[in-house]
Amino acid sequence: MTDNPHISIQHLNVQIGNHAILKDITLNIPNKKVISIIGPSGCGKTTLLKSFNRLLDDTADVKVTGKVLVDGENIYDPNVEVTHIRKKMGLLSQRPYPLPMSIYDNVAYGPRIHGTRKKKDLDEIVETQLKATGLWNEVKDRLHAPATRLSIGQQQRLCLARGLAVEPEIILGDESTSALDPVSTSIIEDLFVSLKEKYTIVLVTHILRQARRVSDYIVFVYMGKIIEFGPTEELLLNPKEELTKEYVKGFIS
Amino acid sequence: MFRLLKDKIYSKLMLVFTLASVSLVLLIGIGLYYKSLPLLHKLSWGTLLTSSEWRPLKGLFGFFPFIMGTLWVTAIAIIIALPLCLLTSFYITEYAPARIRKILIPFVNLLSGIPPVIFGVWGVLFIIPLIQNHIAPHFVEFSTGYSVLAGGVVLAVMIFPLIVSIVCEVLMTIPHELKNASLALGATKWETIKKVLLRKAKPGIIAATVLAISRAFGETIAVLMVCGNNVAVPHSVFDPGYPLPALIANNYGEMLSIPMYESALMFAALLLFIIILLFNIISRLILVRLERGLSE
Repeated sequence: MTDNPHISIQHLNVQIGNHAILKDITLNIPNKKVISIIGPSGCGKTTLLKSFNRLLDDTADVKVTGKVLVDGENIYDPNVEVTHIRKKMGLLSQRPYPLPMSIYDNVAYGPRIHGTRKKKDLDEIVETQLKATGLWNEVKDRLHAPATRLSIGQQQRLCLARGLAVEPEIILGDESTSALDPVSTSIIEDLFVSLKEKYTIVLVTHILRQARRVSDYIVFVYMGKIIEFGPTEELLLNPKEELTKEYVKGFIS
Repeated sequence: MFRLLKDKIYSKLMLVFTLASVSLVLLIGIGLYYKSLPLLHKLSWGTLLTSSEWRPLKGLFGFFPFIMGTLWVTAIAIIIALPLCLLTSFYITEYAPARIRKILIPFVNLLSGIPPVIFGVWGVLFIIPLIQNHIAPHFVEFSTGYSVLAGGVVLAVMIFPLIVSIVCEVLMTIPHELKNASLALGATKWETIKKVLLRKAKPGIIAATVLAISRAFGETIAVLMVCGNNVAVPHSVFDPGYPLPALIANNYGEMLSIPMYESALMFAALLLFIIILLFNIISRLILVRLERGLSE
């Protein structure tokens, strides 16, 4: 494992109302790898993912204790600027949510917010990121059409391009292929694999085969706790914990 | 067999009642037109709409001051209310903690339950002196306070709950994930509101505004109490105005001994009817076009 993990979680507890969602999570996420968080529905995997970029802030009655260090900086420190943390991470949600504007403006949205104004620079970012997500050839003639006109698979790639445009270090994917058809799914999965050269990628998924296809490491979460963490093949084929064994064999879900 | 028959009868009955209430709109329009015919025979539409001469005893009926009075008051109300309503709605839906939101929404709705006459009294006791003594002196030499501005302010307060409740409703239907998508890119809440939510909610905001404007056009008693009811085209916000509904309400049943007066009041009602109808049609067209642009 690397010396300076992008994300290091230390004794993280998340409570919503009286319900403890995450209990004492400690985890170092290896850099420039794909890490899948797996576990049954309601086990807290999405909450874990959201705790990485403080998207939990808006949830009512939420209480977070412990630390999440991103590049050594505790993002739950009250002095931390939340926008600065979020800029480091691109989020890809379950379904694509293109912003209500053109394809071009979707990608340029982040850079514009962070101060890029020159048209030439924006043009370059848009082209680079649309190429990175394999969308460029499909949309280069209609960059100014509304993003909602794209197919759902294209929309998801657009959302990825939009996230990459703010130059994050980390990509967070929350079951990002669950609304997509098989072809789009495999395009997105291939993208994840190729993007890990430059980014650390954390994915939430409940599809074990997908976790196996794309990830280098797997975290198994059950009832708000980390049960096991390890290299993909090892965890899936030779799990150490009884619960993991039952989950990967399909006895619990 | 009998149950099916009953079903048929009920469905036909409902159709009849629905048609009856819908055709009422048409009937009112026709009725008003018919009643204003005597005036229309004497004076042309052009004169009636553009003349400012209001001398009923001489048979001169120019509606221009009333039309302008209506437009001024309504425009002022919307200009004041819309920004406040948007900020309030965004506060309620995006910033307010759940507990405060639960108190705020019923409170805003309560405002719409207050009878217009109370707003009128409030306007007379509070807004009029405020304009007369504290606002108008900075801009004009003299104002009694009874002005289109006072009418606009009172109306603004009255349409406020209507706009806020619709816009809040619209904002709450916007998926959380869309907001998160913007936030996750490092946008602040305000940037998200300005660039994403406002755009997404645009058709809803327009619809709310249209409803509010229609309501404002027709609002009578509260406006009549504060806007001076002087037959002259207002040239500044501190001038008095005389909106169409006030004209009808003030004079119907009183001045009817003057020849043509009743017909003139009916024409005023017809004008109001046409203004609101046109306005609704135009805004519907805009809305349809907007929705098409967004959904495609």
